[in-house]
Amino acid sequence: MCGIVGLFLKDRSLEPRLGELLAGMLEVMTDRGPDSAGFAVYGAGDADHVKLTVRGTDLADLPAKLGVTGVLRDTHLVLSVPRAEEDRVRGLLASEYPHLVVTGAGKRIELYKEVGRPADVARRFALSSMAGTHGIGHTRMATESAVTTDGAHPFSTGEDQCLVHNGSLSNHRSLRRMLEPQGIRFATDNDSEVAAGYLSWKLREGATLAEALEAGLDDLDGFFTFVVGTESGFAVLRDPISCKPAVMAETDRYVAFGSEYRALVGLPGIETARVFEPEPARVYAWERG
Amino acid sequence: MPVVDLAKTTKRDLNAQLHALPANTNETEWRVENPQGQHALAAGLDAPVTVEIAGHAGYYCAGMNQQATVVVEGNVGVGVAENMMSGKVHVKGDASQSAGATAHGGLLVIDGDASARCGISMKGVDIVVKGSIGPMSAFMAQSGNLVVLGDAGDALGDSIYEARLFVRGEVKSLGADCVEKEMRAEHKAALQKLLDEAGASAGVDEFRRYGSARQLYNFHVDHAGAY
Repeated sequence: MCGIVGLFLKDRSLEPRLGELLAGMLEVMTDRGPDSAGFAVYGAGDADHVKLTVRGTDLADLPAKLGVTGVLRDTHLVLSVPRAEEDRVRGLLASEYPHLVVTGAGKRIELYKEVGRPADVARRFALSSMAGTHGIGHTRMATESAVTTDGAHPFSTGEDQCLVHNGSLSNHRSLRRMLEPQGIRFATDNDSEVAAGYLSWKLREGATLAEALEAGLDDLDGFFTFVVGTESGFAVLRDPISCKPAVMAETDRYVAFGSEYRALVGLPGIETARVFEPEPARVYAWERG
Repeated sequence: MPVVDLAKTTKRDLNAQLHALPANTNETEWRVENPQGQHALAAGLDAPVTVEIAGHAGYYCAGMNQQATVVVEGNVGVGVAENMMSGKVHVKGDASQSAGATAHGGLLVIDGDASARCGISMKGVDIVVKGSIGPMSAFMAQSGNLVVLGDAGDALGDSIYEARLFVRGEVKSLGADCVEKEMRAEHKAALQKLLDEAGASAGVDEFRRYGSARQLYNFHVDHAGAY
C-alpha cells in the first residue's frame, strides 16, 4: 500500500502556496505510507540553466567545488548549472563524487525523497516554503523490498519528468531489458522506475504525455495508479482493473489527485470542487497553457 | 437531535456513541458534521436510528449496517454498506468501488454513479443506482437486486449466481455466464417496488433484465479436458 498525491495549479495566485498545500496532502497520506516519502516540485527555472537535485552527505561545499550555485536542503542539494557546463558538472559528479545520487534534472524540477514519516520528510526539506506550478508526492509502505531512500518515489528518468506509482508491475524486468539498449538508464531495481523509464522513452520518441500513457496501457502489465509530471504537464492513469484507489478534484484554480479523498480536504474551495473518481484505463492529462 | 462535529470529536467516539444505543432509544435522529472523507463512519450500527452525514465519507461507510438508516450528503469511498444486513443507506453523491459488497439485506440507494465492482458478491441486498455503474459489477452476485438507471460497464454479472440485474441504459458487455432474460410481470412488479422505495422515477418498461445462464454452477466431467 502507498499513498500518492498531486496538485496542478491553474490559478497563478496559488503558486506561492504549492508546497504548503502539497505538504498537507502528503501528511494525510501517512496512514497509507508511513516509512518514507518523496515529492517533486516544479518551481522557478530558465532555459539557460539546468537544475540538478543531488542527494547525499557533505554537500555544503559542493557548489563551490563545482563552480556553480546551489541551494542546500537537508540531504539534498539543488545545483543551478549553466547549460554549457552541464556535461562538465555531471562528469565531475560521476568521477569525483560517486557516492552522490542525482535524483532529478531539468529546467524546473526539484526532487526530494527520504526515509521517515511523511510529515518529518516534508519538514526536513521545508516543502511548505516551496513555490511552483505543480507537484506530485508519494508516501511509501514498502511491501516487497527494503525501506531505503532509493526505493522511495518519485522516480525521474528524463529531464523535468517524474512519476509516482501505487501498485506493482509484473513485466518490469522484460521492459527494462527492452529499454536499456534504447539508452534509458536506471538507478535502482525498482519496478516503478521502469514505468518512469518507459514513459521517458515514449516521450523521447515524440509521443505526447497522453499518448505515452495510452501506449502504457498495452505495454505495462500489473497494477498501477500513476501520477506523472512533466515541465508543463500533469497526468493520471489507472490500470484497467483499477486495483488501486484514486480520487480527483477539479476547480477553476487547480486539479488535485489523492489516493483518498481525505488528502484533498485541506484544499481551498474543495467544498464546491468537482470531485470524481478517475475511470480505469482512461488517460487524464492537463497541460499548462 | 444529537449533532456530532468530527472536527471536535473523534470518529471512534462517534461510532462508540452510536453502538451504545439501545433498540428503544429516543435519540433516533443523528447528524454528523465535518466528515472530511474519514473511513468507517457509522459502521456497525444495530439500532433503528437515522444518521445524516453532512459531506463526503471515506471507506466502508455504514458497513455491516443493521436496522439503521444512514444518509450521506456527498460521495463515499470504497465499500459503502459492505456486508449490510438490513436498514437503508442513501448516498446523495457518487460511490467508489465495491458499493454494497457482500451485503445480505437492506436497501442501498446511490443518487450518482457507482464505480467498479458495485454489488460484488451481493447476497440479498437491494441496490438502486440512479446514475451508471463501473466494470465488473455484480461479480459473483448471489442474490438480491441491482437496479441501474444509467449504463453498466464491462463484464456485468460475471460468474453470477441468482441475483437479478435491471439496467435501463447500455451494458458495455456481459461477463461470463450472465445473459439477458425475459422481463415477466413478476419482475416488473419487483422492479416497480424497488424504484418506489428508492424514490427513482423511471418506467419499468425501459429496463432490461440480466441474470445467470446457470452454466457455471456445476463441474461437468465432459469439460475435464479444459482444466
